[in-house]
Amino acid sequence: MRLVLVGTSHHHAPVELRERVALDGEQAAELARRLGEAVVLSTCNRTELYVAGEDADAAEAHAVAELAALEPDVERALYRLRDQAAVLHLFRVAAGLDSLVPGEGEILGQVRAAHELGTPGYLLDRVFRQALHAGRKVRAQTAIGESPASVSSAAAALAEQVFGSLEGRRILLIGAGKVGEQASRSLRSRGAEIVLAANSRTDRDALEAELARADVVVSSTSSRGLVLDAATVERTRSGRQRLFVDLAVPRDLDPAIHGLDGCYLYDIDDLEAIVSETLAGRRGESARAEAIVAVEAEKFHEWHASLDVVPAIASLRARAEEIREAELRKADGALGRLDDSQRRAVESLTAQIVNKLLHLPTIRMKQAAVSADGVIYAEAVRHLFGLGEDER
Amino acid sequence: MAELLFWPALLLYGEAAVGYFGDARRPGSAGRAATWGVRLGWLVQTALLVLQAVREDGFPWSTWAGSLNLFVWLVVGAYLIWGCRGAYRLLGLAVMPLAAALLVVARAGGGTSAGARAGSPDSTAFLVLHVGLVLAAFAGFTLAAALSALYLWQERRLKRRAATILRRPAPSLATLDRLAARTVAVSLPALTLGIVVGLVRLVARGDRVDALVVATAVTWLVWCAYLGLRLAGWSGRRAAYVALAGFVLVVLVRLALPVSHFT
Repeated sequence: MRLVLVGTSHHHAPVELRERVALDGEQAAELARRLGEAVVLSTCNRTELYVAGEDADAAEAHAVAELAALEPDVERALYRLRDQAAVLHLFRVAAGLDSLVPGEGEILGQVRAAHELGTPGYLLDRVFRQALHAGRKVRAQTAIGESPASVSSAAAALAEQVFGSLEGRRILLIGAGKVGEQASRSLRSRGAEIVLAANSRTDRDALEAELARADVVVSSTSSRGLVLDAATVERTRSGRQRLFVDLAVPRDLDPAIHGLDGCYLYDIDDLEAIVSETLAGRRGESARAEAIVAVEAEKFHEWHASLDVVPAIASLRARAEEIREAELRKADGALGRLDDSQRRAVESLTAQIVNKLLHLPTIRMKQAAVSADGVIYAEAVRHLFGLGEDER
Repeated sequence: MAELLFWPALLLYGEAAVGYFGDARRPGSAGRAATWGVRLGWLVQTALLVLQAVREDGFPWSTWAGSLNLFVWLVVGAYLIWGCRGAYRLLGLAVMPLAAALLVVARAGGGTSAGARAGSPDSTAFLVLHVGLVLAAFAGFTLAAALSALYLWQERRLKRRAATILRRPAPSLATLDRLAARTVAVSLPALTLGIVVGLVRLVARGDRVDALVVATAVTWLVWCAYLGLRLAGWSGRRAAYVALAGFVLVVLVRLALPVSHFT
């Protein structure tokens, strides 16, 4: 059984092309059914078809045809991998090593969902289970996914550096910019609450009243001038710590706010510098993550290779057992004088002889399978012991 | 036997100090090894103290050097309450080098040996109460000062907008501020009680007030001021500076005044 991967990702195709081959869950499940034994992984950064089949060329041609039917231009941006290369690629994807942001955590859930929606047989099922295991292991044993990778999550992480738990903390949101909305969503997901979403029509007194009670102020308006000056912030001081996040360009918040006692102001450049630094940290962890992925891929390779010799081993053991039972039956007359416990001892003895004789050949065949000699060994065993000749 | 226990304890505290330094540069296995160094070192020092208590006739830590040994044990024990958590490893960077250095000073003064008489005519019950309470309070103040120092460091990083701020885990400002205040709130009553016990004995015996008593009283006043100011609304950086001023007095009392208080 061969494994084939055909797909495209942010490394090979621009978003204009990727969006034309992007599939929702239902479409992915339907495509997997058409491909036979297959799993379709479709995210905003990639669309990949994993297909298992005896004829790798046919499986690949089918997968390419399906993607080309969605968008003919995609064919030039496709990568095609087989067997161990495809396995290693999937393991790297699950670990977040092939992501736009190294170590991003969302991909692991997307791989799991694709596996559940697909039509995997024993091979693809095993590949995806082990990929998920590799992804979890990388996250548990490295710091690749620990630091925030976006401006909005960096703002929330900074708030945690100031306040600890954000449960019940009050956010004042000024303006309706997209990044500001993402930042406030990130803060809300950690337990903070928006007490006022202010805009240009909001009463100034109401804004200042909420400013006095707010723990975090997020601003992202399109105003040409300052929305909040240091004097206003000073006037509304309450002795508590306050974090100001200015995501607007030009800036909304007076830089002098940062000089006030207990006030911390971060603008878009500060946050991007933090994100850039954390991404550098993630890249530093990538080498350790790659090593974990390589080990897991090798384990899978050993398991997969052993499949080549499993039928031969099973046949050999069956033949040995058949001979053992036949010889015991032949000796039945002589053994008739034995009582039950003596008979059981003889059966146990013969079984042990068979097991001990076959133990080393079994191990050696499994070892040979990993080094690609498995098929030769399996054929040799079949020939030497006449396995399968009765059926012919 | 005490010698056999002193060296492993010092070695483990030293390993922890170096490990925390390594962890500050690159968080990971060095920090975990340091935490184990603290745990094992503290257990070894506990065994050392037990041996001293068993061997000596009376309270073994009434001398200046002996009390320093007990003080180190209390500081490290208090640190262990939080120190096992990853975010507090930076606190270990402040506490463990100090603990290792003070243990060496205690040994130089003969405070880690066992078998000799303590040399104090005072009753054991009085010494346990007086010395034990004062040292426990000082250990608490030391930890509060370390928390305050960590607060100032973390606040400085936020003010400098350090790009690496999220790569090195540290407790939040609010947590550090709260923990420092709680530690002082627990330690100050212990110091108050320890001083009262000492004063009662002082009056009963008609002894004179020495420099150590005066310095301890000033220390008590500063930490009372700390709590009072916090109740008045002080927090954050200003409170941290007051805590560090209180710690300077603790250092003065513990190190700069090596008088034999009970002879």
